[in-house]
Amino acid sequence: MKRISRILFPLLLLTLLLGGCATTKVPSGEEGAGGGAGGAGGMGSAETSAATAGGSWSGSPLEDPNSPLYQKVIYFDFDSSEIKPEFLPVLRAHADYLIRTPSAHVMIEGHCDERGSREYNIALGWRRANAVKEFLEAEGVSPLQLETISYGEERPAVPGHNEEAWAKNRRAVLDYQ
Amino acid sequence: MKPLLQLFLLLLVLGAQAGRAELVIEITEGVEGALPIAVVPFRWSGDPASPPPQKVGRIVAADLHRSGYFKPLPESQMLAFPATTAEVDFRDWRALKQENLVIGEIAPNGPGGYKVNFKLFDVYKGEQLMGYSFATTARDLRSVAHHIADLVFETLTGKPGAFATRIAYIVSEGTIEKPRISLRIADSDGHNSQVIVSSSEPLMSPAWSPDGRKLAYVSFENGRPSIWIQEVFTGKREKVTSFKGINGAPAWSPDGRFLAMCLSKDGDPDIYVMDLARRKLRRLVRHWAIDTEPAWSPDGRYIVFTSDRGGSPQIYRIPVTGGKAQRLTFENGYNARASYSPDGKLLTFITRVGRQFRIAVMDLARGSTTVLTDGSLDESPSFAPNGSMIIYATRYRGKGVLAAVSTDGRVKQRLATQSGDVRDPAWSPFYQ
Repeated sequence: MKRISRILFPLLLLTLLLGGCATTKVPSGEEGAGGGAGGAGGMGSAETSAATAGGSWSGSPLEDPNSPLYQKVIYFDFDSSEIKPEFLPVLRAHADYLIRTPSAHVMIEGHCDERGSREYNIALGWRRANAVKEFLEAEGVSPLQLETISYGEERPAVPGHNEEAWAKNRRAVLDYQ
Repeated sequence: MKPLLQLFLLLLVLGAQAGRAELVIEITEGVEGALPIAVVPFRWSGDPASPPPQKVGRIVAADLHRSGYFKPLPESQMLAFPATTAEVDFRDWRALKQENLVIGEIAPNGPGGYKVNFKLFDVYKGEQLMGYSFATTARDLRSVAHHIADLVFETLTGKPGAFATRIAYIVSEGTIEKPRISLRIADSDGHNSQVIVSSSEPLMSPAWSPDGRKLAYVSFENGRPSIWIQEVFTGKREKVTSFKGINGAPAWSPDGRFLAMCLSKDGDPDIYVMDLARRKLRRLVRHWAIDTEPAWSPDGRYIVFTSDRGGSPQIYRIPVTGGKAQRLTFENGYNARASYSPDGKLLTFITRVGRQFRIAVMDLARGSTTVLTDGSLDESPSFAPNGSMIIYATRYRGKGVLAAVSTDGRVKQRLATQSGDVRDPAWSPFYQ
C-alpha cells in the first residue's frame, strides 16, 4: 500500500494542481463527515474525496510530505506515556482527518526502547498507544476507528544500543489500515 | 555414487546448521579455590571402530567446571587412565594434588544400547564415595553424562546438581525489518538446541510448567499477542488466551493447576489467575496502574509482580487469595521482573543502578539487596532449579547473549550462539 501510494502521490499532486487546488493543507473540518462519507466533498476537500473515492487514492493525503498527516510517529520520554506538546498539532491533524474520513481505520502501535523488562515494556507500550487513542477520542474521533496494540521492545524501529536509538524506539505509530 | 554424494553433502549442510545453533559456554569468572578433580576419559570396551557418539567423561568434566565449584584436571596432565578400581593408583592422583577422582567405562548393551558405569573416589582417603551404572541409548548419552555430573556435584557439595536440566530462550535472527524469531530449548550446557516454535512475529516470555513438560509463552503470530501452552515432547499446543489488548507474562503455579498472567481486557494491565482445568479467570490485582510480571512463591501462597502504582516500576507482593499488595523494593528508581528462588528465601529481579540495568537478589528475611551483575542491559533473570545460579539475558560485543551468575555473584559464565540475538531465558525445573 505504501509503495503504491508513493507512485500515486505525484499523480495525485498533478490532479490537485490541474484541479486548481494546490493546497494540500487539511481544511479545518468545515466539510464535516458528510464530505468524506459521500465521497464527493467538493472543491475545498479534493484530498478528502480522493482519500475515500475508492481503492486507488486511498490514504494519499497521509502520504503528502507537506501535510501534518505525513507524520505518523510520535516519540516519548523514558518510562513515560505523556504526549509531548510538540506532537499535539500532528495528533490533532490526524483527529481531523479521521473525523472527516469515517472509513479510515488506524491501528495505534505502542513501542518502547530496549531498557528495562520486556513484559513491563509491553504494558508501557500499551499505555503509550492508549494515551494516543484517548487523545484522539477526546478530539472527537469515533472509538470504532481506533485500535491499539503494544509491541513493547520487541519491534524496534532502529537497531543500536544508545540514547539516539532508544529515543527513536520509544514511540507510538499510527498505522492506517 | 552421485546420489550418495549428494546425501553426504546434505548431511554436511544439516550438520553445519545444527552446529550453528549450539550455545557455547564460556566461564568468565570462577570461584577461587575451586575443588581440584580428575575426570578420567571413560573407557569404551566395545568395537574400537565404532566408539560411542559422546565423550561422556568430558561432558562430566565440562559440567563440573561450568559450575565454578570445580577445577577439572586437563587430560594432558594425567599420568594414567584407569577405568576400573583395580587400575587406580591413588599415588598418581595425590602427586597431581587432586582431591577427587572420577573413572568410568562404557560397554555395548544390545543393539544401539550402552551401559555406562562410573565411580567417584576420595583420593586422600583412598576410598570410593559412590558408583552407579546406567543402561542407555546413543540419544541419551549426553543426558546420562549430565546425571553423573549431578551425582558427583551433590556428593561433594551437598547441593543437588542442575546439569540434567534445560533452558528455554528466544533467538532473533534476520534483519530489523524481517526478523525470524524462534523459541528454543537446549540442555543446560547449551547443547541439543531445538526449535520449539518459530515466527516472523514476536515470541516472548517462555515459562516452564512445574513438571518441565510444558512451556507457556506469548506469541504475536496472529498479529496480536496470545498466550499458548505447548507440550515440549510432542509439540502439541493450544491457545490459552487471546483477549483484546495485552495477553502476557504467563507464570505457572507450583502445582501446575493455575496460570497467572497479565491481561488488559478490562481496562488496565492487571494480574489474573486462570484455573487451567476449568479455564476460569480471576482478577487478582485490580489497579489503574501497570500491574504485570506475576511470579508465584514456591509455597504457592503469594504472587510477586511489577507495578508502577508508586510512580516507578517496583516489586509488590500479594496473597494468592487476594488482599492488600505490599511493596518490597524501595532502592533505585526501577525494579521489575521478580521471581523467587526455589527455597523461597530470595527474589531475583532487574534493578537500575545509575543508568545501568542489572540483576539483583533480595534476601527476603533481611530485606537486603545485592546487585550481582555488571552489564548495562541485563534482564530476564531466572533461577536454576537447585538455586545455585541465575540465568539472565545481557549484551556482549553488540549481541544479545545469555549469561549465568551464582547467587553469591562469585561465579559467572556466558552462553552465546554464533548467530542471532539470544534473550528471555527460563531455566527448567528438575525432571521428575
